[in-house]
Amino acid sequence: MDPMIPHPYKIQRVIKETHDTFTLELKSIEKNGTFSFAPGQFNMLYIAGIGEVPISISGNPTKNGSLIHTTRAVGTVTKEMAKLKRSDVIGIRGPFGTNWPVKEAEGNDVLLVAGGIGLAPLRPVIYHILSKREYFGKIILLYGTRTPQDILFRKELEKLKSRLDIDIYVTVDRATRAWNGNVGVVTRLIPRAPFDPINTIAMICGPEIMMRYTITEISRRGIASENIYVSVERNMKCGIGLCGHCLYGTEFICKDGPVFRYDQIQNIFGKREF
Amino acid sequence: MESLERILVEHPFLKDLSPEHVHLIVGCARNIVFEPNKFLFKENEEAHEFYILRSGKVALEIYTPEYGPITIQTIGEGEVLGWSWLIPPYEWNFDGRATELTRAIALDGKCLRGKCEDDHVLGYELMKRLASVFEQRLYAMRLQLLDVYSGTTPKIKK
Amino acid sequence: MYKIEIKEIDALFELLRGDGYNLIGPVLKDGAVIYDEIESSSDLPIGWTDEQEPGKYRINKSGRNTLFEFTCGPQSWKKFLFPTVQKLFEINKEEKNLFFKPIDEPPKKYAFIGVRACELNAIQIQDKIFTQGEFIDHSYKKRRENLFIIAVNCTSSKGTCFCTSMNAGPKVNNGYDISLTEVYQDYSHYFISHIGSEIGKKFIEKINPSTPNEKEIQTAESLIQTTAAQMERKIDVSKIEDILFENFEHPRWDEVAERCMSCANCTMVCPTCFCTTVEDITDLTGTKAERIRKWDSCFTLDFSYIHGGSIRNSTKSRYRQWLTHKFASWHKQFESSGCVGCGRCITWCPVGIDITAEINAIRETKNIKQVLIEENQ
Repeated sequence: MDPMIPHPYKIQRVIKETHDTFTLELKSIEKNGTFSFAPGQFNMLYIAGIGEVPISISGNPTKNGSLIHTTRAVGTVTKEMAKLKRSDVIGIRGPFGTNWPVKEAEGNDVLLVAGGIGLAPLRPVIYHILSKREYFGKIILLYGTRTPQDILFRKELEKLKSRLDIDIYVTVDRATRAWNGNVGVVTRLIPRAPFDPINTIAMICGPEIMMRYTITEISRRGIASENIYVSVERNMKCGIGLCGHCLYGTEFICKDGPVFRYDQIQNIFGKREF
Repeated sequence: MESLERILVEHPFLKDLSPEHVHLIVGCARNIVFEPNKFLFKENEEAHEFYILRSGKVALEIYTPEYGPITIQTIGEGEVLGWSWLIPPYEWNFDGRATELTRAIALDGKCLRGKCEDDHVLGYELMKRLASVFEQRLYAMRLQLLDVYSGTTPKIKK
Repeated sequence: MYKIEIKEIDALFELLRGDGYNLIGPVLKDGAVIYDEIESSSDLPIGWTDEQEPGKYRINKSGRNTLFEFTCGPQSWKKFLFPTVQKLFEINKEEKNLFFKPIDEPPKKYAFIGVRACELNAIQIQDKIFTQGEFIDHSYKKRRENLFIIAVNCTSSKGTCFCTSMNAGPKVNNGYDISLTEVYQDYSHYFISHIGSEIGKKFIEKINPSTPNEKEIQTAESLIQTTAAQMERKIDVSKIEDILFENFEHPRWDEVAERCMSCANCTMVCPTCFCTTVEDITDLTGTKAERIRKWDSCFTLDFSYIHGGSIRNSTKSRYRQWLTHKFASWHKQFESSGCVGCGRCITWCPVGIDITAEINAIRETKNIKQVLIEENQ
């Protein structure tokens, strides 16, 4: 089937996560069964007559269920998407892209550093790891966002925090007195996070500046470049490596990414205007 | 006094400070505990203490008319708090509120200033460590200023 | 190997048309040689030749009745295999459902007449991109499968050609059905023809060609060799990947950016450039919509737009992106260079930017920081 033609998916549920972020739960109209994907992959979501955007899959890759996408309403297409309701239909193409190194991380400590909406593409990793908990060492999630009102999946995070086998640290850029947690950039959580740098695989997702400074901090703590993974974002039009928009040095973000091992893009990551 | 000296020696901020110098400043030190929501200091109050946090968390707050008090940073275990004791007019710039039970060593500012004036080597050692703290806080503050999670509208028009 | 004359070429065209092929060949239009539908050899730009320099293109009468005495014009064959505008699908919005209707395109049979070696290489490069990757462009594949290629070995080169440096000409190697080398002398005008495929053989044999003698073969061969030898423009692309990757901050990029107008001409005329964008159109009722794919260029400002700004905001970064992709990154992605040395980008750049000069300049002064330090000492 032509990879440029979307498949119709019906919205089962719309969840308003924060003031500008929402989650869509979708099911295929054409076929029964689950949507199979690896953590870190994305789909191209299409709204007829408006346009198409790449959005990471934020659901549980180990469970039979709906296709789940969490996104912010920031552009033309996502703002239209935010107006959709249960039973509305959108087009889906995918899954595309490379995935987080959940296999390579087995036997190691796992450090997840998420910034803002970056928590959504990392959520499937959390589900995956918790489904095979004994395969992994310490699991640490560092999550930074703008204000306490912007904390994504808050109830889920609170539940996760009450588990004794995963460490969760949340920080915000600013808060009112109602917040008794950490205030400050997410990199401030790194010096004292309880991971062993020699045996840790780090997965970072968030605004590029945040990823850059996070890499600096975790490298200072001794995590090698080959053990750091990032998810990079660029303009995408086709998602299948043919339109050229997502070119990133020698890589196509849609095919060779969006998840990259840091040492493989180290010569270009953070370089201006690339 | 002896146990206080031991605590100081083990604190990351004073790492590698010579035992003689630790002994010099322990005279300015006392153990202190703050209950949750108690204020360590308030804006414009005389800054007469330097805090070395052992456990807990302190929120640095600025009061705004529109939104009330806003927390701009939290400082935690292993970190230090306050340098207004060092710089005239020796007044706090923010409010400091313990968000949970917080244990600290409080060093009297005037006493510390005096010791640094008398022993410049001690002064330099403390200054070096403080400079490193300033650098980290400034760096973190600048990243915070970028407001990276805010969305698409550019902060500066191109 | 065969020897054929113009009347046999016309017979060949007849046969191809009879077999359902749409003949596309060079024609003269609006002061340039472009590619369009033809029926017989009389539609070709007989007696015309071209003059090309950076930023300059002229056609002149050559005074001889040659069929192919020009080189590349502003168009490349890609516009037939990979159309500038293509509808991807239609959508019908119904109550609580979306119906996506693929476009059922009747397969078009093209016969390209007069494909040069550089262009043939470019087609093969685009074959790699569109049909040998993880995802295939089915429309391109269908057109390509039905394609008949009559290639022409260049017997003259123009001011902007540099195919020899890119190992892409002037002689065609493979990938064609029939090749022709035009020999025009005062007393004879013939074509030496090679067969490149079974289907090419099938067609040629039907026109009863004659066999050339040794001298005729030699004449054709030496014309090609002279063309190669006379090519003045050269570029050194040895280790070009490393050189470009290590010189992202070379001052030459700033210098070329001052001249570059970001007009995207180079990407439009380049036979290997393949970037596209998509556009969505809906009717007034909102129940019918279409998705269209169009050619795009990395020189446009919003090509790299995300989240409120473009990553490649400056002309410098966009020029650098184009050139480093074409000459360096392309190797890792498609196992060849992206450039075939056709020279179109040099000819059609309104300010005459010459990529061979740019690359040679960077190569000569690579690791410029070291040079500057030494100068300042």
